[in-house]
Amino acid sequence: MKKLLVSAAIIGVFAIYILLFGRAATSTVAPPTQGGASVASSPTSPTSAGTTPPGSLYKNGSFTGGSADAQWGMVQVQAIVQNGRLTDVKFLTYPNERSRSVEINSYAIPQLTTEAIQAQNAQVDIVSGATDTSFAFMQSLSDALTQAQA
Amino acid sequence: MTRPMKPSLKQTRLMMGMPITVEIAEPGASPDTLDAVFAYFARVDDTFSTYKDTSEIARINRGELDKRQYSDDVTLVFALSEQTRLETDGYFNIWRNGQCDPSGLVKGWAIHNAEAILQVHGHRNYFIDAGGDIAISGLKNGRAWRVGIRNPFNRAEIVKVLALTDLGIATSGTAIRGQHIYDPHQPDAELTDVLSLTVVGPNVYEADRFATAAFAMGRRGITFIEHVPGFEGYMIDAHAQATFTSGFERYTLTHVESD
Repeated sequence: MKKLLVSAAIIGVFAIYILLFGRAATSTVAPPTQGGASVASSPTSPTSAGTTPPGSLYKNGSFTGGSADAQWGMVQVQAIVQNGRLTDVKFLTYPNERSRSVEINSYAIPQLTTEAIQAQNAQVDIVSGATDTSFAFMQSLSDALTQAQA
Repeated sequence: MTRPMKPSLKQTRLMMGMPITVEIAEPGASPDTLDAVFAYFARVDDTFSTYKDTSEIARINRGELDKRQYSDDVTLVFALSEQTRLETDGYFNIWRNGQCDPSGLVKGWAIHNAEAILQVHGHRNYFIDAGGDIAISGLKNGRAWRVGIRNPFNRAEIVKVLALTDLGIATSGTAIRGQHIYDPHQPDAELTDVLSLTVVGPNVYEADRFATAAFAMGRRGITFIEHVPGFEGYMIDAHAQATFTSGFERYTLTHVESD
């Protein structure tokens, strides 16, 4: 039952999230043809060097969202707005320690190994990843973006 | 401290709703070559975009085109999609409610095709990254390319460092553009437990389509990858636990020399 409620809540937040990002994306995504906006070398930062678009959704600045419970710990994000666009989202808080999930143990088969994820300091050439996902992340981000409304 | 950098040509453009980065780690690469690669992605987007009313996919979804009117590329992508559906127990399926969205295959397919443009120009040491799905060829400054797996809880962080050459890597997850993958067997169920699934395969096309299908399987996805020869995977779940396949560690860089 709890799972159902959580799922319903997540669907709702996804809808909000898509709306927010859908609108933000219209100003960040260059026309996909000739001379699309070139950006600096960081492959992880989907920002273009544009000027403030007219009718910006957001004020410039850093906006800290509320702390949200992600069930495995608290999550809090900060939204960075430059030139009226959301340019970065930083995690101020996210859970570091979790107890090993019972679920995964019962699921695991001998060939598979589990580990707690751990941040790495190494320099890399490229990054592969699906981007920000968690429910708590979106709650906190929605809060931050509400504060950023121009 | 810093290794002397050899000449390298690198550019990122925002296309198809994501950053696409190409780097050629060789001296003498021409910006024209990069332009040709980006122009190819623009053509693919014009054909396959589900966001553009004028795309062939949009026209097919509106019922305006007969199968005989499909372009060769669309026909090929549909055939590859059907093959992938059969290979993945039906978990990979571009059709939903009579509408098709081949994005889960087109990206890897397009990156793989774009590699041919670089190869025709004589390049062997490069990567092409489209939204985190990456074709990796040759070396960067004499060593394997270093690829980080992004922390799904913190996009500024990486949680794993891989050393890759002549391979493809793709990560499926609940991406920033919204939930874009679903389980065809339970179309209404949100996939929330697995946050990201990274697959390393023989090339980016293979890695991408298997990452997409395996992600739709939920927790079973990593087991599926374990059973596909030549593929390795790294899954991160909502508990920040990672589960990886038996051969995955051959790609991980455990002792990074301080260069």
